[in-house]
Amino acid sequence: MKNYLHVCKKLAVTVAVSALMFTAAHAEDTIKVGVLHSLSGTMAISETTLKDTMLMLIDEQNKKGGLLGKKLEAVVVDPASNWPLFAEKARELLTKDKVSAIFGCWTSVSRKSVLPVIEELNGVLFYPVQYEGEESSKNVFYTGAAPNQQAIPAVDYLMNDLGVKRWVLAGTDYVYPRTTNKILEAYLKSKKVNKKDIMINYTPFGHSDWQSIVADIKKFGSTGKKTAVVSTINGDANVPFYKELGNQGVSAENIPVVAFSVGEEELSGIDTKPLVGHLAAWNYFMSVDTTKNAAFIKQWKDYIKNPKRVTNDPMEAHYIGFNMWVKAVEKAGTTDPEAVQKAIIGVEFPNLTGGVSKMLPNHHISKPVLIGEIQDDGQFVTVWQTNKVVDGDAWSDFLPESKPIIADWTAPISCGNYNTKTKKCSGQNY
Amino acid sequence: MNIPSISRLPSLFAVLILVFSLAAHSDTVPAQQPLVDALNALKQGSMSEREQAINRLTKLKHPRSLVVLQALLAGKLLTVKDQDRLVIGEAIDQDYRIHDAINDEKLGMVSDDQVSKINLTNKLRSHLRKIIGELELNADDPAIRLAAVKAMDKAVDERLLAVFKKRLTIEPDADVKIAIENILLLQQMDSADKNQRLQAIDALKSHDSLDVLNKLKALVEKDADGNFLETDSDIRNLADAALTKINTRLQLYSAIETVFFGLSLGAVLVLSAIGLAITFGVMGVINMAHGELMMIGAYTTYVIQQLLPNQLGLSIVLAIPAAFIISALVGIAIERGIIRFLYGRPLETLLATFGVSLFLQQTVRSIFSPLNRSVATPEWMSGSWQINDFLSLTWNRFYILIFCLLVFVLLMQILKRTKLGLEVRAVAQNRRMAKAMGIPTAQVDAMTFGLGSGIAGVAGVALSQITNVGPNLGQAYIVDSFMVVVFGGVGNLLGTLVAGFSLGIANKFLEPFAGAVLAKILVLVFIILFIQKRPRGLFPQKGRAADS
Repeated sequence: MKNYLHVCKKLAVTVAVSALMFTAAHAEDTIKVGVLHSLSGTMAISETTLKDTMLMLIDEQNKKGGLLGKKLEAVVVDPASNWPLFAEKARELLTKDKVSAIFGCWTSVSRKSVLPVIEELNGVLFYPVQYEGEESSKNVFYTGAAPNQQAIPAVDYLMNDLGVKRWVLAGTDYVYPRTTNKILEAYLKSKKVNKKDIMINYTPFGHSDWQSIVADIKKFGSTGKKTAVVSTINGDANVPFYKELGNQGVSAENIPVVAFSVGEEELSGIDTKPLVGHLAAWNYFMSVDTTKNAAFIKQWKDYIKNPKRVTNDPMEAHYIGFNMWVKAVEKAGTTDPEAVQKAIIGVEFPNLTGGVSKMLPNHHISKPVLIGEIQDDGQFVTVWQTNKVVDGDAWSDFLPESKPIIADWTAPISCGNYNTKTKKCSGQNY
Repeated sequence: MNIPSISRLPSLFAVLILVFSLAAHSDTVPAQQPLVDALNALKQGSMSEREQAINRLTKLKHPRSLVVLQALLAGKLLTVKDQDRLVIGEAIDQDYRIHDAINDEKLGMVSDDQVSKINLTNKLRSHLRKIIGELELNADDPAIRLAAVKAMDKAVDERLLAVFKKRLTIEPDADVKIAIENILLLQQMDSADKNQRLQAIDALKSHDSLDVLNKLKALVEKDADGNFLETDSDIRNLADAALTKINTRLQLYSAIETVFFGLSLGAVLVLSAIGLAITFGVMGVINMAHGELMMIGAYTTYVIQQLLPNQLGLSIVLAIPAAFIISALVGIAIERGIIRFLYGRPLETLLATFGVSLFLQQTVRSIFSPLNRSVATPEWMSGSWQINDFLSLTWNRFYILIFCLLVFVLLMQILKRTKLGLEVRAVAQNRRMAKAMGIPTAQVDAMTFGLGSGIAGVAGVALSQITNVGPNLGQAYIVDSFMVVVFGGVGNLLGTLVAGFSLGIANKFLEPFAGAVLAKILVLVFIILFIQKRPRGLFPQKGRAADS
């Protein structure tokens, strides 16, 4: 009996040791990349696609021979649309899995939740979604649009090309719309728009009864001056909103709605009839006709094995972000976060719409801005675009409190919120 | 003076010759080549080229021009892949029945991935609408002419005014005549002659028209220094009086509109709560999966629409009984499988049904994907009933309101007039006595729960017409449903109806002042206070059964 136990013990030890050796060996010949996107819960709608995009990009890089002679390995975790869980999962990725970089988050609140963790453990996070700005962390690279790369150009287009005089700023009640609308309101006022020509409206998440708000918009737009709606309404609430607009006879020709969160993916699940002609501002459209984009779309459709799937702006952001990271790692010769953070600034990579994006010292990237009209097949026709790429601005110039603040992560400033007036870095890490 | 008129003669001749040659041309077969060229230009990529092509097409005055432009505006103008021709296509299912854009030759059916649509932007769309309006002003059907006049009334310029005046002299139809006259009157308000202006204001003051309102407002406007922009005080006074009248009417319209909005929101609340009023109110089961039963109803609508893609209207009508049956079956399964073991233990029931709701959500995610599904709205349910420029009632809300009342009446009849209803009421009042009288209470429980669940499914059909059909549909309505049932008085169907409508109307009257977020909070706070005062709701159940 004793002998038997002894054998058992020995066996256990051998198994444990060999397992340890195996993982150690395994860890040496791969570079791990964390994918932090919700695969369940409310945000799964948008984020699952980005997880698949990352897997596709990593797969492709491995086919090209990996990175620094090693294979890349994706570590996928599911933060389940639960904001505190984002922080926990980020910690798990950095401490347990020891990933070299994390690609993830969608909502601003999830990013804010991850920030303290990623700064404490000095990781690298690529954030692919358009957001409200007013942030620049040493550890985060913002590959989505800052307000000056989406909201401001859209307003310019409406003002200059469509002659809009009255403005409805409608949004869902949370941080992104509130900050964006604050910036837009300040911008409109700087353009001599009267306060009574601006109407601001907030609605709860998933709002479905738009009758009185649409009636108000209709009344607001009936004074004979050209009126437009700038919508930061979040995902789910959009369908009933556009439906109500259509039903109450508000067409894109009288009161156009320009949206910042309606993309190809969102349009693919809904009845597009009431949306035709309304606008969206993005840095990428699937319909843009370039060879790079055609190749990307084909690659995506082949990878996901569904010819009906669409591509969208945050996917392109991940595509650019991932490739920039790859270039930075190659440049630095290591995946060490500190070295990569230094190396990546100034890295250039061609985007899918025919320009070249560059990682700026403020950790944002330069991107073109496109404005498109929604067609009934769920695609966009580009009606306006910037003739060159626009640099992302972390701190808005239109808010008095953030006007003197800049972000510059190169020496000698090396600060995410440097006040050019007081010549001080406020010390807060984000 | 004579010399210039003589020098103009040759050009006059030239015009005359042109007119004659054009007339001669239109008698014979029109030249195809310019049309073909213009159509080819239409296929070009850029939007400005497309605009030029549209203008060329208009100038051709070819008999096919109007047909092609109309097809373009309706999104029916297509190019066939690998073929160099433009076709007009009617969408049928996933296919198009196409015919040639130039000679109308029938070309049979093609699938939708073989054709691509000629895209338009808003600018081109409104441009087209004007052009088509002008061409259609001479149509034979007075309804088309009326629509054409209405399509053009927003941007009237000198040239269009002349067109309208010309048309007025030969227009036989009274309605079209009135519409044109109104446009002319509106222009008359800007005329140089004071009497004409006064006449115009007087004639238009009883019109509920947005253009009239804006024109009148402009007449009484002051500039930055506080001086009136309009110098003539007679005109100002008349405009002011007319404005007051219009504003009184406006207030009435806006009150009607708010009540309608409130009623329609109330109808949605009542529909989603009424099933719960049966399961929670009559049976006392706290069913957290109630929202998911509505979701099942909405998905049933989606599935039926997928099966009958060309009959939107029919699919909605068919979805009502189908959703009732499917949700009822799921409900009965839940009751038989879980709830019946938990009667009298509300806390456990709550937890168990919450689990069921998560289970149902995930099932739907696995079957239909987490993405929202698109349920199309039939033609007769979209758009609105335009009473005048200021008051319009949307059809989908209107139908849902009627539908809600129908469901309510039907349910009341079932409970009052049928054997099942009698048994349900007996069991609800006194279970043990009912059992003693020989009523199979277990069976009645299952049927009652099925009935409540079925009604939830029917509510899901209505919801599919106004909101997203997705796995989270139920969650959005569960809190509201409980709120309505508790407010109305547990166990009282009429209370649910009254509570739903009054909460809806209260919400809509608060919304303009407080905003959507605060309005909802205020209503919730009110209900909390109300329940403190009257824990049994608006219409408490009386008698011994209620106290047990």
